[in-house]
Amino acid sequence: MLCQECQQRQATLHFTKIINGEKTEFHICDVCAKEKGEYIPGSNSFSIHQLLSGLLDFEQPKHYSETESKQRARESQCESCGMTYRQFAESGRFGCVKCYETFKKNLDPIFKRLHSGNTTHAGKIPKRKGKDLHIHRQIDELKQVLKEKIDQEEFEEAAELRDQIRSLQQSLDEKKEG
Amino acid sequence: MSLQRFIHEAISPWMKNEGPDSDIVLSSRIRLARNLEEHTFPVVTSNEDAEKLLNDVKKQINPTTSHRRFGDLSCLEMKSMDKNEKQVLVEKHLISPALAEKSPYGASILSEDESLSIMVNEEDHLRIQCLLSGFRLDEGLELANEIDDWLEERFTYAFDEQHGYMTSCPTNVGTGLRASVMMHLPALVVTQQMNRILPAIHQLGLAVRGIYGEGSEALGHLFQVSNQMTLGKSEEDIIGDLSSVVKQLVQQERAARESLLESSNNHIEDRVFRSYGTLAYSRRMESKEASQRLSDVRLGIDLGMIKNVSASILNELMVLTQPAFLQQYAGEALSPDERDQRRAALIRERLQLEAEKNQD
Repeated sequence: MLCQECQQRQATLHFTKIINGEKTEFHICDVCAKEKGEYIPGSNSFSIHQLLSGLLDFEQPKHYSETESKQRARESQCESCGMTYRQFAESGRFGCVKCYETFKKNLDPIFKRLHSGNTTHAGKIPKRKGKDLHIHRQIDELKQVLKEKIDQEEFEEAAELRDQIRSLQQSLDEKKEG
Repeated sequence: MSLQRFIHEAISPWMKNEGPDSDIVLSSRIRLARNLEEHTFPVVTSNEDAEKLLNDVKKQINPTTSHRRFGDLSCLEMKSMDKNEKQVLVEKHLISPALAEKSPYGASILSEDESLSIMVNEEDHLRIQCLLSGFRLDEGLELANEIDDWLEERFTYAFDEQHGYMTSCPTNVGTGLRASVMMHLPALVVTQQMNRILPAIHQLGLAVRGIYGEGSEALGHLFQVSNQMTLGKSEEDIIGDLSSVVKQLVQQERAARESLLESSNNHIEDRVFRSYGTLAYSRRMESKEASQRLSDVRLGIDLGMIKNVSASILNELMVLTQPAFLQQYAGEALSPDERDQRRAALIRERLQLEAEKNQD
């Protein structure tokens, strides 16, 4: 089959485009395909990130109804890598770990949509990094109890808690040094 | 180079093994996306930072590194490979097209049997990929987890309680897990059941893609089924959900094959042997036709119509007849026209090998 563009070379790229039920067939040679790159799927693939950026953009509320805090979130920029929300929305990708914090306000609705309503991790916890997480969580809980005990003026128990927190803190510090 | 040796070098050793349900599930793949805390993500990262990361990885995993399950590991750097060499890795599914094209400091850490490939500096810092033949998602996850733990002893991952493993793209956050299987479903396509099944699978939060093609018109009747969701479910649950759908598909395909045999045995047999004849004698073969004919032949082998041809021929030739492989075998760049000739020749030669093997 000859290329439908140049009518000279053999067509090597065949594809069917269906837009709103209207079917169009293309038979094009390598040379013409390169020239027309942007129209041909596969030669310049439409990525998930482009689809995603549509979704992220959608998350941005319309200007007139925008509250101040949301507007701030929209204009926020990651201190660590310099990525702005706009750039994030356009590329569909985070720049660094800190971006998760910077764009926090806007993320939950996105995660919900992408992951069937879920926003919290329920899977594997890394052994090394996870261990510290467990201890951190424990310290936070103990601190909370400590505060309550002090408020209730139960100082003996508070002292015990304080020692517990200290030893946990120490084990963390030792790990950092080690 | 003889064809036998070329195949030996070209086909990943893991592909030669047969796995459970390998008449329908050709391969299982587990991918875990991981990033390192200290570096910006590859999307925005500078070349210097990417190079530093690669050097850090090379320091930890050098030619003397050995892993107790995967054996010796080697590091293939993108910058020291030419375009065709990289494309060969893409066609073997060991690296992604993005890594081959866009990552000057990209690399792949490969195990000897090529069942493990860790991509460095792709969309995420590290992407662990385990490939197994047949239907073996559980085993794949176990292996990937082992490598994951091993890497975590050496690098500090970007992880927090709420988001889990933080990834460059919001679609991978949480477990960073993408599990997929490659399925050969000719009977479901021929009996036109696939169009009905596809939407149902999508509704279950899974993705189905035709390999080297789109939608239900998958080339060679090969479909990749994978999970979409990565956040809010455990790795085991994600794989469990995928597995139960795959099991269903395997049953449906088997049932469709049986009913095909009963209702139109002669038609199927005709189709299988026409395709076999075409592959055995053609002088020109486009890749689209090759994948369809190979699918027919594979079905014929599975149904016991064609004997003395090994079942791995479909997986093998689907890879070997890709452009980069043809060029590597030819030792030169080929035009599409030359590729069609070479493809036909390679398939003829490969079938000839089977015939000779059986005479011995």
